[in-house]
Amino acid sequence: MDSNPWIWNTIAAFFTIGTFSFLYKDNPLYKIAESVVVGIAAGYFAVLLFWTSLRPKFWDMIVYEHKYWYVIPGLLGIMMYFRFSRKWGWLSRYPLALYIGIGSGIAIPLMLQTFVLRQLEATMLPIGFASFEGFSNLLVVLMVLAGLIYFFFSMEHKGVVGKTATFGIWVIMIGFGASFGYTVMARVSLLIGRIQFLLGTWLHLVD
Amino acid sequence: MQTSGYRQAFRILIIVMLWAATPAGSLGVEPEDAGTGLPVIPPMNLVAADTPNDNGNGITLRWDCPPGDDGSGAVISGYVVLRSENSREGYLETAVLGPGTAKYIDNGPAADPVTGEKIHFIRNKPYYYRVAARYASGYRAVSGASGPVQGRAQWFHDGKIPVLTATVLFFALVILYIQKARLQGSELYVRPIAGMKEIDNAIGRATEMGRPILYVLGLGSPEDIATIASYTILARVARKTAEYRTELIVPCNEPIVMTIAQETVRNAYMEAGHPDAYSDDMVFFVTSMQFAYVAAVNGLMLREKTATNCYFGKFYAESLLLSETGNIAGSIQVAGTDEVAQLPFFVTTCDYTLIGEELYAASAYLGRDPLLLGALKAQDFAKALVMILIVAGAVLMSFGIDWLLEIITVRM
Repeated sequence: MDSNPWIWNTIAAFFTIGTFSFLYKDNPLYKIAESVVVGIAAGYFAVLLFWTSLRPKFWDMIVYEHKYWYVIPGLLGIMMYFRFSRKWGWLSRYPLALYIGIGSGIAIPLMLQTFVLRQLEATMLPIGFASFEGFSNLLVVLMVLAGLIYFFFSMEHKGVVGKTATFGIWVIMIGFGASFGYTVMARVSLLIGRIQFLLGTWLHLVD
Repeated sequence: MQTSGYRQAFRILIIVMLWAATPAGSLGVEPEDAGTGLPVIPPMNLVAADTPNDNGNGITLRWDCPPGDDGSGAVISGYVVLRSENSREGYLETAVLGPGTAKYIDNGPAADPVTGEKIHFIRNKPYYYRVAARYASGYRAVSGASGPVQGRAQWFHDGKIPVLTATVLFFALVILYIQKARLQGSELYVRPIAGMKEIDNAIGRATEMGRPILYVLGLGSPEDIATIASYTILARVARKTAEYRTELIVPCNEPIVMTIAQETVRNAYMEAGHPDAYSDDMVFFVTSMQFAYVAAVNGLMLREKTATNCYFGKFYAESLLLSETGNIAGSIQVAGTDEVAQLPFFVTTCDYTLIGEELYAASAYLGRDPLLLGALKAQDFAKALVMILIVAGAVLMSFGIDWLLEIITVRM
């Protein structure tokens, strides 16, 4: 293989332009870029999975480290392939049930910790009108309460509850606006990176 | 240059004063540093103790830095942590730390200087520790030994008691409300969710146009709560598409998500009385790579000309790329995710968006299943409790009382 970077940069530029061509409309160039990236990604992921998961976490553990209990997850993994059999397909439900059960068991306390208790800690702020900080904290507390009321599903959004929920959704939308602007800026920087690659690294038109 | 000289002299003066104030008996060997003229003092008061709330793979070391260490590296360039299985000999380097460091959690391998072999940390094995201060002038002063100490695993993380309490409380509420939902059935009120009401309309539109419906489960793993909620909505959508004989396309990013989605759609078609209309090809795996997946789904939207696109689950940077393409293609789009950073993109590009918890509520709203209704009611109760805690905590904090904050604080 030629190690000349210009050749590789030209290939990269071809696919960059091919991907950008989607902005005009779907076309053969985009289809080539799409097919290549999907194909390479599938192949790369299969190899990655073999070397980072199957080999070190299954094969090496049993063959070299003699941890024979690793056969159990291996068998559970094999059971997943019984899906392809009409007769034995039901066996694949056991590893799936185990996987979802363990996953939920890990996820639920973690969600409570990060999205409830941590947020609760951060919202218990000293409030007041005497200082800017106290007033700012008061606004934070009121906005959090309004936001929570919007997500209250047991009551119809009418009257005081409705007005508070409306205030809550306004607060949420203001937050979304800030987040949108921030992310768009980050995306623009990615675009700048690709343009710098095309004009600088590939064509040497800019430094 | 002159100023720098004064600073150096002042620093040396401070170091000498600190050294003079330190009880001589607590110090180790103190040769004089030829470069600075200061005594070479080892780290003091070294304490090695089992790291609390871990799996036994760590020992925490704490020590007092010698008076010469101001963190700049000018006098002391760093520290070397030494570990041995014997208090008197056989100490091996396990870590090299920067100046100003006074704490280290040892859990890594130590290198044998002769053979180069890595000797791994083993839990429940007694170890002795010393810490050497490395002086910039080349001197090395080693502390006294601390130990023996063993890394032991703890069954419970006592800093996470608030999490345990909250989990137990929440599950108790869920069980209580599920019982209540079973007794009261559909009498339990759930406010209408705009996005969900529109899904049926969107399916009807696709049927009238004779075009397929695209359902994207996101990039989450099967155990993500958003993905689990998405299965319920997928079941509802699949039942409708089975009834109307509308084509359904479910491209998946994760093999296990695909497997569960296949089961969900198959069951929905069976429940709708059209098992023959189901095909495994309706739910298929594309790739696990984020942007390759986006490229494929975008192409699919334009080529298959999907009338309705549903995005429910966990989404990341691909949210805007997908929904913007669907918007350009003129599809009706309904989305829902609990990823706060991605919600603004769905709000701007989709016709209806389920914000955060609305995604979870949608499944209960659609199914009226006592299990889901009970869980939703329990969540509402928990939210009311959280609101009370916020108000009480904020008021107490305003008066300088922080015991409520202390109770709910999670310590890692």
